[in-house]
Amino acid sequence: MTELLTLAGALNRALADAMQADSTVLMMGEDVGRLGGVFRVTDGLHATFGDARVIDTPLSESGIIGTAIGLAMRGFRPVCEIQFDGFVFPAVDQITTQLAKHHFRSDGRTRLPITIRIPFGGGIGAVEHHSESIEAYFTHTAGLRVVSPSHARDGYQMLRQAIDCDDPVIFLEPKRRYWDKAEVGSVSEGLFQARIVRAGSDATLLCYGPMVRTCLEAAGVADEEDQVSLEVIDLRSLSPLDLDTIFDSVRRTGHCVVVHEAPVFGGLGAELAARVQQECFFDLEAPVLRVGAPHAPYPPSKLERFYLPDVNRILDAVDTVRGM
Amino acid sequence: MAELLQLLTPEGERLHNDEIDLQVSGEELRGLFRDMVLVRRLDTEAHALQRQGELGLWPPLLGQEAAQVGAGRALHPDDFVFPTYREHGVAWCRGVDPVRLLALFRGVTHGGYDPAEYNFALPTIVIGDQTLHAVGYAMGMQRDGAAAAVMSFFGDGASSQGDVNEAFVWAAVHDAPVVFFCQNNQWAISQPLSRQTRIPLYRRAEGFGFPGIRVDGNDVLAVLAVTRWALARARAGQGPSLIEAFTYRMGAHTTSDDPTRYRVEEELEQWRLKDPIERVRAYLLRSGAADAAFVTELEREADALAQRLREQCRALPDPPAQEMFTHVYSEPHALVTAESAWWEEYLGDD
Repeated sequence: MTELLTLAGALNRALADAMQADSTVLMMGEDVGRLGGVFRVTDGLHATFGDARVIDTPLSESGIIGTAIGLAMRGFRPVCEIQFDGFVFPAVDQITTQLAKHHFRSDGRTRLPITIRIPFGGGIGAVEHHSESIEAYFTHTAGLRVVSPSHARDGYQMLRQAIDCDDPVIFLEPKRRYWDKAEVGSVSEGLFQARIVRAGSDATLLCYGPMVRTCLEAAGVADEEDQVSLEVIDLRSLSPLDLDTIFDSVRRTGHCVVVHEAPVFGGLGAELAARVQQECFFDLEAPVLRVGAPHAPYPPSKLERFYLPDVNRILDAVDTVRGM
Repeated sequence: MAELLQLLTPEGERLHNDEIDLQVSGEELRGLFRDMVLVRRLDTEAHALQRQGELGLWPPLLGQEAAQVGAGRALHPDDFVFPTYREHGVAWCRGVDPVRLLALFRGVTHGGYDPAEYNFALPTIVIGDQTLHAVGYAMGMQRDGAAAAVMSFFGDGASSQGDVNEAFVWAAVHDAPVVFFCQNNQWAISQPLSRQTRIPLYRRAEGFGFPGIRVDGNDVLAVLAVTRWALARARAGQGPSLIEAFTYRMGAHTTSDDPTRYRVEEELEQWRLKDPIERVRAYLLRSGAADAAFVTELEREADALAQRLREQCRALPDPPAQEMFTHVYSEPHALVTAESAWWEEYLGDD
C-alpha cells in the first residue's frame, strides 16, 4: 500500500477500521458525531456506525472520561476525544484518580481499555488553551500509557494498537501535523518502541509528535550547511520510554539534545536527560541539553514563533553540546 | 405526595401511601430486621477493630442501616451498584463478605473483591466520581440490551461536586437506566447540609428533567418501596431518578474525626428517637411477626459474626512488597518491570 494520507485522514481510517473490526469499540466526545469533530478526525463515523457507537456527548469533559470508565466496566472499548489539549483539565480527576488507578485498585481484576485522543501542541495560530503540551501530566501518572505519532503512517497503526491495548492510553495527536501527508503502510515497530528516523553520528536529537518534523528539518540543515551528522529519534511512546534505543544512540554519538514544545522545567526532557546521563555518563562528551518552551504560559499566537522550538534553536543547542 | 415518604413511623406504626407502597410478609420483615442488626454489629466491630489498631480507618454507617438495607434489598442480582466507602450495608446485601471490606481499611489492598462477582463496584473514595461511572455503565446496559439497572450511591456533600451534576445531565439526556441514591446524612465531615444546598436535594432532579423523591431514610420499608419503584422505572426504559434518603450520620465521619467540635448532642438525641432498627423491632413484636426468642437468637448470630470478623481480620496477611508493581498495568511496562526488579534486589539484601 503506497497511498498518501494526511495524519487526520489516517486517524479517521484507523477509527473506522477499529470500529468495523470490533463491535465493542465506541467513539465518544464533543461534536464527534454529525460534525465529524472539529478537526474532522471522526468524519463519517456517525453515518456508518450510528448514534449508539458514535456518541455526541454533552459538553462535559469529566463526563466523557467518567462515563467511558463505566462503559469499559460493562465490556466496551471506548475511544474518547478531548477536543483540545487545554480542555482536558476538567477530566484530569477522572483520568488520574480513577482511570489510571483502577486496574491496580482492583488487584488486576478490572481492565479499562480506554483510548483518550487529544489534539495537542501549538503552531496553528490559535487562541489561549488550544496549544498546550500536556504530556508530562500524564507520563507522571502510573497506570497510563502515553504515545504520540508524528505522521500519518504511525498515526494509523499506533491508533489501532492503542485501541487494542488493554490499558488506558493517552493518544496525543500533533495538531499542526494533521494536514501533513505520508504514505500509509505497515509499520514494524510495536506501540511502545522508538524509531531512528534519521541515522547520524555527531549528536542525537530526541523528539516526538510535532517536533519530529522540525528536528528532521534541523538535521537536514546541519548536514547541508555544516556537514554535521545528526541522528533523530522519534520516541513515539512517552510512557513507557524505549530507553534502550535512546542509550544505544547516545553511546554512539556522545551528544544528546532533547526537543519538545512543552516548557523545559519539569518536562519530559528532564526525565530523559537524567536517564541519559545516568546510563551513558562515560560516553557523553557534554551535558545533555534541552530545547523547549520557557516557564511561561503559551503566548498569544503572534508570539508563538518565539516560544516554540525551531530549527535555529535546535541547531544552537547542537552547537553548544558539540562545543562549537 | 408528601414531602417525606414514610411507611413505618419511628414509633413502629405502619403507614400506607397511595402512590408508592409495599406489601411485606413477616418473613421479609424479619429478613430486613436481621440485615440491619447484623450490619450494625459488623460496623460496631469494625469500629472497635480500628480502635484496637487492627484497621487504619473505618467510616461508620451507624444510623444509616435502613437506607442501605432498604436500597440493597430492592436490587436484583443483575443490577449493578456503584458505592461510596460507607456502603457496608449495601455490600452486605450484595453478598460481599465484610472481611473483604476490612481488608481495604486494614491497608492490605485498595480493593478486596471482584466487582463482577457481586455486581458491586469497588468503593470510590474521591467524592462523587462514581456517579459518572454509573451512568456510563447504564449506557452500556442500554447498548447491550440488558433489562437491568444501575444504582449509584453518594451523599449530601457529593451533591455539590461537578461530577455528580454532570452525571445528572448525562443520565437525563441519554435516558440512562440509573437510580441516583443520595443518603443525605446531614453532614459532610463538619459541614452541615446548609453549606451544600438552599433547596431540598431531591428537588434538584426536576431541574435536570427526571423525578426526585425524598424518603425517610431511617424507614427501611419506605426505602425499599421507593427504590423498587425507581429501579423498575429504570429497567423499563423510563430513565433516571433521584432518591434522597433523609437520614443521619450518628457516628463520626471516620474514626479520625471528632464530631463534638462541630455539632451538638441535642441533635443526636433527636435522631436517636428515629432509630432505624428500633422502629422495626417494635413493629415486629407488636404485630407478632417475631417474638423475643427470634431477637435473642439474632443477637447471638450477630456476636458470632463479630467474632468471625475479628479473627479473620487479624489473620489477613500483609501483601508481599512486589504487590506495589503487580497490577499497575495489565501488560508489561518497561519502567515498572525495571523498577520492580530493582526493588526486589534491594529488598532481598535486607
